[in-house]
Amino acid sequence: MSAALKRAELRANSAPEAEKVIAAANPSPPATRSLLRFITCGSVDDGKSTLIGRLLYDSQVLLDDQLEALRKDSKKSAHTGGEIDYSLLLDGLAAEREQGITIDVAYRYFSTPARAFIVADTPGHVQYTRNMATGASTADLAIILVDARKGVLEQTRRHCLIVSMLGVRHIVLAVNKMDLVGYSEQTFREIDQAFRMFALDNNFASLVSIPMSAKLGDNLRAHSAAMPWYTGPTLIEVLETAEPEAAASRLSARFPVQWVNRSGPDFRGFSGTLASGRLRPGDAVRALPSGQRANIARIVTFGGDLAEAVEGQAPTLVLDREIDVSRGDVLVADDGTARSGRRWSADLLWMSNTPLDGSRGLLLKIGARTVPVRLETAAMSVLDISTGARHTRATLGPNDIASLTLEADTPVVAERYTDSRMLGGFILIDRATSETVAMGLIKDPAPEPTGNHHADGVAKHTPIIAKFIAKPAETAWRSFAKAVSWRATGSIDTFVLAYLFTGHVKVAAAISGTEIITKIALYFAHERIWQRFAPGRVDKSN
Amino acid sequence: MTALSHLEALEAESIHIIREATAEATRPVLLYSIGKDSAVLLHLAQKAFFPAKPPFPMLHVDTTWKFREMIAFRDRRAKETGMELIVHTNEDGRKRGIVPFGETAGIYTDVMKTEALKQALDKYGFDVAFGGARRDEEKSRAKERVFSVRSEKHRWDPKNQRPEPWRLFNTRKQPGQSLRVFPLSNWTEADVWAYIEAENIPVVPLYFAAPRPVVERSGTLLMVDDDRLPLLPGERPQTRIVRFRTLGCYPLTGAVESRAASLKEIVAEMQGARTSERQGRLIDHDSAASMERKKQEGYF
Repeated sequence: MSAALKRAELRANSAPEAEKVIAAANPSPPATRSLLRFITCGSVDDGKSTLIGRLLYDSQVLLDDQLEALRKDSKKSAHTGGEIDYSLLLDGLAAEREQGITIDVAYRYFSTPARAFIVADTPGHVQYTRNMATGASTADLAIILVDARKGVLEQTRRHCLIVSMLGVRHIVLAVNKMDLVGYSEQTFREIDQAFRMFALDNNFASLVSIPMSAKLGDNLRAHSAAMPWYTGPTLIEVLETAEPEAAASRLSARFPVQWVNRSGPDFRGFSGTLASGRLRPGDAVRALPSGQRANIARIVTFGGDLAEAVEGQAPTLVLDREIDVSRGDVLVADDGTARSGRRWSADLLWMSNTPLDGSRGLLLKIGARTVPVRLETAAMSVLDISTGARHTRATLGPNDIASLTLEADTPVVAERYTDSRMLGGFILIDRATSETVAMGLIKDPAPEPTGNHHADGVAKHTPIIAKFIAKPAETAWRSFAKAVSWRATGSIDTFVLAYLFTGHVKVAAAISGTEIITKIALYFAHERIWQRFAPGRVDKSN
Repeated sequence: MTALSHLEALEAESIHIIREATAEATRPVLLYSIGKDSAVLLHLAQKAFFPAKPPFPMLHVDTTWKFREMIAFRDRRAKETGMELIVHTNEDGRKRGIVPFGETAGIYTDVMKTEALKQALDKYGFDVAFGGARRDEEKSRAKERVFSVRSEKHRWDPKNQRPEPWRLFNTRKQPGQSLRVFPLSNWTEADVWAYIEAENIPVVPLYFAAPRPVVERSGTLLMVDDDRLPLLPGERPQTRIVRFRTLGCYPLTGAVESRAASLKEIVAEMQGARTSERQGRLIDHDSAASMERKKQEGYF
């Protein structure tokens, strides 16, 4: 199948040069053409939708009937006084056109001869920050717009922080509406410096500042005659050359099971998307959290069995033996690198308009697993966007960013977000309203709470008696074997001592012979009671 | 590493979405509109559950005004895939004589499509419905989620959509709510054709150019598929070589003059296209917000 797909794409690429410009109108990225996902963000009215509309317009992506509709709609638009209003290409909802703002993220698809683009136009209003974060979660590059007249705002910092947190590696600072500040180089330099002051902490791979006018097209495709002092790259140049994050994760195989495929009595396969690494028939895997081992027998797809599955593919795996695997479990390479646990430290973006207050029943969804979860709200470290300082708080409001510990009801397989977006990103769902209330990023396994934490009611509520009861660490068979071996050794000792004291072989044999029977039973019972007594145990389960 | 090509990545993403929705659904259904997007959707559903059959039926909302070739193709595909096919028509609308022209033209889509779809979803109690809509089709679709929540009355609330980061889909519903799921959200029209060609997916022959009887009416070429379409004074069907970029009800679907008679020629034609595919759909042109309004009322 994949060979056929590649052939089709190569054919699409072999169009003669003259057709290539037109081909931009209908992107069909060939195998050789890379894909860049980017977002535009910034405060309200900074011109994000206008920028993308202008990019689409300049790239000749728009078709005749769409242009006709744009001209017609622009006449009705109050925002440009009848001139072409490029934002109308993006603001697809009636409420957005009425208010002249973007409410929800819109995805657009276009390409240049060099590259295919998926662009997410995201809202600027603080109350719609969640939609902005959604767009950023899959982006390789972010264009952060600033109105040259207003400079860096709190919303600029917030967006910078969110894109950094979500792993977007390339930033373009677009200082827009330069035409309204007389194309002042001084203004541009000041904004650039103010932005770099806080953006530099964020570990971006690249940060380019461009002075522009999205409405007039300055420095989008060609250098602006009005700003001869700017000699850096144009926006299109940056978009065409930015390196997307390496597609492959460094992790070994992780395969979250979405669906157990039972096709007839003889077929039992596990369907999902390979989140990282690669798998071949014969590879040893473990099912987590159960820990059971098996080998890959077949990698089944509609187009035939595969010799190898790679990251991003969605095949069905057949194992060489029956083990217990269900939806939400993760099949992982048997190399001991995958981690499963109930407690994790994480960063959280609270997205609901209703504050987090500890009483909410929440579900954690990560990979294909959905489990009840509790947040340790007592010790949350909440970020103050304007100062960068952190405060300890017990509640979260809309758009708050916090670091905290979460505890799932049952173990979940997770990875650090920086290692895997697929197994490191999660959402929280309100059980009562079914609303998605937060998105979060896994950091590390969190330690078990200490005794003090129990007092806050933060950690597990276990009855006092339960603290003294443990699961036996050894089997009854082993305890019995220990009893026999200990008694055999002990009774030989008793025989020798008895003989030395009494001098009678017969008496010594009678003592040690009786003792060996009764004391095996006593030892066994004694050992089994200790096995179930919790205090003093060193837990090796982690 | 062997990175997936653009089409392979789209395919894998769609399969992921289909499995995720099915795993969490009580009674899923695939909305089959017989067109090219439905053809791709059906193919992806087969892939997602191979070697098993997709664990859901196909539902076709039949307005009774589809092209005859579409109905024949639909029945053939149902047989070939072995999937259950449910056909639903708004009988009340049919009795009231609602047709896509004349006095009832204005309410035709609402009654025979939107109403009919809601009737069928309620009648069978489907809680998750797959559709072949793509974000590149239309502006309000560009704002649609992959998993789109509908109220008890099947309404869409565009201002109150769930954030959908990464590929994590919230599949929970409140009692009475249902989900519309769009696995082809990130595909473009060109992707769909390139994929149909690469995978050799069967499509309705109306997509290929052939001599067909048409009349020209206010700039649109309408095919005279049977004798139910009343001709206006002076209209006389002529035979022209035409094909369709989208398929719907024949009195509402404009043909384009084209010589593209094979998949390869269609893909080539696509790359030079200067108009969008929905231009051939008469229902989209009422007003800028007409699709959004229809969607809010429960249209796909």
